[in-house]
Amino acid sequence: MEGVIDFITQHLTAAYILIFAIILGYELISRVPTVLHTPLMSGTNAISGIITVGGILLLRTVDPSNTKVLILGTLAVALGMINIIGGYAVTDRMLKMFKKKPKKNG
Amino acid sequence: MAEFAYLIAVMAFVFGMRWLRHPDTAKKGNVLSALGMVIAVLTAIFQPLEGNQGNITWILVGLGLGTLIGLPLAKRVQMTSMPQLVAIFNGLGGASAMVLGFIEFQALLENGIQAPGRAGIILAALIIGAVSFSGSIIAFAKLEGLLKKDIAFPGYNIFNFGLLAAIVGLSIYSAAFGGGSTSYLVIITLLSLIYGISFVGPIGGADMPVVIALLNSLTGISAATSGLVYNNKAMLIGGVLVGASGAILTVLMCQAMNRSLWNVFFGKFVGTGGGEAVDGIMKEAGLSDVAIQLQYADSVMFVPGYGMAVAQAQKICKDVDDALTKNGVEVKYGIHPVAGRMPGHMNVLLAEADVPYDKLLDLDAANDFLKGSNVTVIIGANDVVNPAALTDKASPLFGMPILDVLQSDSVIVMKRGRGTGYSGVQNGLFFHDKTKLLFGDAKDSLKKLLDELGNS
Repeated sequence: MEGVIDFITQHLTAAYILIFAIILGYELISRVPTVLHTPLMSGTNAISGIITVGGILLLRTVDPSNTKVLILGTLAVALGMINIIGGYAVTDRMLKMFKKKPKKNG
Repeated sequence: MAEFAYLIAVMAFVFGMRWLRHPDTAKKGNVLSALGMVIAVLTAIFQPLEGNQGNITWILVGLGLGTLIGLPLAKRVQMTSMPQLVAIFNGLGGASAMVLGFIEFQALLENGIQAPGRAGIILAALIIGAVSFSGSIIAFAKLEGLLKKDIAFPGYNIFNFGLLAAIVGLSIYSAAFGGGSTSYLVIITLLSLIYGISFVGPIGGADMPVVIALLNSLTGISAATSGLVYNNKAMLIGGVLVGASGAILTVLMCQAMNRSLWNVFFGKFVGTGGGEAVDGIMKEAGLSDVAIQLQYADSVMFVPGYGMAVAQAQKICKDVDDALTKNGVEVKYGIHPVAGRMPGHMNVLLAEADVPYDKLLDLDAANDFLKGSNVTVIIGANDVVNPAALTDKASPLFGMPILDVLQSDSVIVMKRGRGTGYSGVQNGLFFHDKTKLLFGDAKDSLKKLLDELGNS
């Protein structure tokens, strides 16, 4: 248990960031019109692809002779990248459809 | 320098999300957020790193593979399959966190666990990622129609709690008490995957908007937790933003159904048909009568539901709208927050059919419009227009905010059959004096209606 408490005190900045980011996330999302719920969800979903950064940082420190871990790490990067590319592309596709007036009347 | 670049990336996420709040700026917001992601990824590749081994080829292969798979999926998939696609992308993000957690913990085991805190956090990222992954796959299977029945068995709640307890227990034992081993790591991963399945499995189709929002939130949290592992603030903040916003959306969806989170996830909403029995007969409408009624109306409201999505009736619906608008009828759409299978599902479908978004009214605006409107046309919606939610205290739906369509002079209901809605609750609306029904597939009914409008 002591280890856990040590860990938290060592990462106090992270705790601050955590709290403010939660509040920020709440403020950003509340009062969003229903029209945008889906694009907002898939847009934020793309942000969770930030996990790819972790995969890249991991790969950079792997011993080049350790093929097993290299393959697994590459898999993690690829999975995260699908999340990023897919998320942003699909959101963009959806948002392109939202228009105020139809292109042609009729 | 690297820290500064990550800061820019985070700012791009925050302002991108902010711009996503308004339809006019949303597209710009998405591009800005994507730009932030590009900065974050590039920084991760080039930042100075202790123990750097390069491996740039592997990184590029990973990024390339992801792009090659993700891009065509996003471009080709039909708009009606959007909830499934979002579920899949989300699940893969979780899978990525799971794989990373596995590698990191294995590395810890090889060197001996010195910091239990760090070990615990790695396991947390792995577990949350795994649950999000397998849960999203099940959500995908349900939305795609691959999994027609809910996975439920007697005592599944107890089973799930037991599973969760086992996962947490094993994790604490592995991380804090030096009991960690590769076989335990594998068991924890497998149990987490099973938990994702047994957690989402029993949840019914109509609750999917809540589930998808929650899974989205979970993937964000797993990314944030991994951010602690790599001491990376962009991952931490980006992940928490997603986690928090997903959580809010989850709660919003629950409120829109007047159900608690607990009830959605642990209590099955059984359609006992509770509440007052409804007397009366359903009156069938004649197509030509409906056409005339609509043509001579001043204002008409369409209320779409999941039935419209199933019938793929959004385009023909827009054609009927055009035909009426040409005749000077004011047409609006009333969108209930939980209509469809994901938050905002109806909006996306109607946008695909070129319906301008200022014609789509949120719950409150729609209810204002309904007062004094002449005709309301309900296209495959049921529970979200059930008046029992307002009047019948015994009804399971009581208290759920609904579209009060009886404020309109008359109501036309397009419905496949005479059955009840998803909840299994009888809908008094269908028997009301003001209501007439058009039975059949929504697309067929609208098509016939359109022909009729052309003739008269």
